Amino acid sequence: MKQGLHPLVMILLVVAATLFGRVLPTWTLSLATVAASNALIALGIVVLARTGNVSFGQGLFFAAGGYGVALIANAWGITDAVAQMLIGAVCGGLLGLVIGPLIARYSGIFFGMLTLALSMVLYGALVKSTALGGSDGFNVGRPSLFGMIFADPREADFMLYAVSVVTTGLAGIGATILFRSELGLTSLAVRENNLRVEYLGISANRVITLNFVIAAIFAGASGALALMAQRHIDPQFAYWTTSGEFVFVAVLSGYQSVAAVFVASLALELVRSFSNLYLPNTWQLVLGVFLLGVILFLPRGIGSLWIRDRRKTIKPAAATPVAAKKGVAL
Amino acid sequence: MKSVLSVRGLNKRFGAVVAADALSLDIAANQRVSLIGANGAGKTTFVNMITGYLKPDSGSIALDGVDIGRRSPRNVARLGVSRSFQIPQLFIELTAAENLAVAVSGMRTRSLSLHSPAEAQGRRDKALELLERFGLADQADRPISELAGGVRKLVDIAMALVRRPKLLLLDEPTSGVSAEEKFATMDRVIRAVAPDAATLVFVEHDMEIVSRYADRVVAFYQGRILADGDPHNVLRDPEVRRYVTGSAR
Repeated sequence: MKQGLHPLVMILLVVAATLFGRVLPTWTLSLATVAASNALIALGIVVLARTGNVSFGQGLFFAAGGYGVALIANAWGITDAVAQMLIGAVCGGLLGLVIGPLIARYSGIFFGMLTLALSMVLYGALVKSTALGGSDGFNVGRPSLFGMIFADPREADFMLYAVSVVTTGLAGIGATILFRSELGLTSLAVRENNLRVEYLGISANRVITLNFVIAAIFAGASGALALMAQRHIDPQFAYWTTSGEFVFVAVLSGYQSVAAVFVASLALELVRSFSNLYLPNTWQLVLGVFLLGVILFLPRGIGSLWIRDRRKTIKPAAATPVAAKKGVAL
Repeated sequence: MKSVLSVRGLNKRFGAVVAADALSLDIAANQRVSLIGANGAGKTTFVNMITGYLKPDSGSIALDGVDIGRRSPRNVARLGVSRSFQIPQLFIELTAAENLAVAVSGMRTRSLSLHSPAEAQGRRDKALELLERFGLADQADRPISELAGGVRKLVDIAMALVRRPKLLLLDEPTSGVSAEEKFATMDRVIRAVAPDAATLVFVEHDMEIVSRYADRVVAFYQGRILADGDPHNVLRDPEVRRYVTGSAR
């Protein structure tokens, strides 16, 4: 790893971000929790986008994680936040394992539309399912952590913030290692020329499937975190506008940097909160203008702000540790 | 002499166009064969069928006795057939060394690693060794998008060489290279591929290159083999001169 932060430094950053929650005002804690949770699923979309495919239906795995956790929590009384997050990740990942190999044969708009269609199929099924509360969904209990029950709302919010930041932070470290890995580099190759990848003896479909499953795991864990934050689940988790929001974050961040996903998710939540507060009837317009601005002035996403700067410092003919250019810097 | 590639009765049609008409051909180990023919004669279709990109309508293709006629490009590559392309097929946002690193990753028999760095020392060394052989070591860390067409061509061939193929197919290795540089480029290619790919088939339009570097020439015309033999005889064949090289008089 010639460029980017060392994983130990990244772990320290995650610890610092977690402890920072202690001094954050209560209202920003829940905002940051949602931002971290959204960043996790958007990170999965970025992982997948590195193969050249965008999923417009991550709500499918988001809902699978959320519903899976809610059903298991209610049936078996599992309230531990970490266990719930892991159950969500497993539910998302298992569904990804079933769908991934089938969908990896498609690319471009067909891939995107298929993911969207599958999420809407689940949405339709959930709305019609009275056992799962239909369109109203159902509630779950307050989460605990390692046997500790948090009666104080501020402490409960901080616990959830900590679980979300640590989970998303660890996923970010994992994604950084992945981006620098053999699979990470081959994913970029698949995005550029999947036929050539096949001619080199590598299965492009397998590369896409692996990335798809990773994205599904992240989405499932994110669904669990969202469930814990809301303590309620409904079919909206699988609705296309929910998926669209995550794509929104991924577009804002670009695919070059893991840190950009967190920055983009937080920026989106801040813009949404403040525009909702000051412009309650036109906040969607503000969001649209914000996205338009990023696309016009930072077409490679927010991450290009610091990745581009790093490129400028590299002499063209020098032995360039190109990892930085391929989106492996944190 | 033992055949590396054995093709029997290969047929391929695209609607009314006959791209391969009962082609039969054996290529022995250590041969350097040039495929010549006018545009549309069927050379690239032949290469595409051997590498699994196109499936023949009928006929058989065997590599060292193993039928490869219905296999995918990935399987054919794994069995020992590699190719380069007329228009280099590279990952242009990646550097030359990273392109080679992807090719080296293709050598793995197990799944790609999710944590081992893409340019781990072994892979990086192999990539640099190949680039060095083509005289491109100083280009290793430059993105393909910044490299000239001739250099891209060589990187494309280097990638095909990573697997140490039993049969290496080069599609017009000197196209796009200036007349002054074509022999130097071809000398470099022949020298670089020799340690890893003894059996070489190259599609070529330049008859000077063909007569200088091929041991054997196969001339294609309308999906058939018009002539097959040593360069001296094939290039003087009246039909080849009439339909392929265009120097009848």
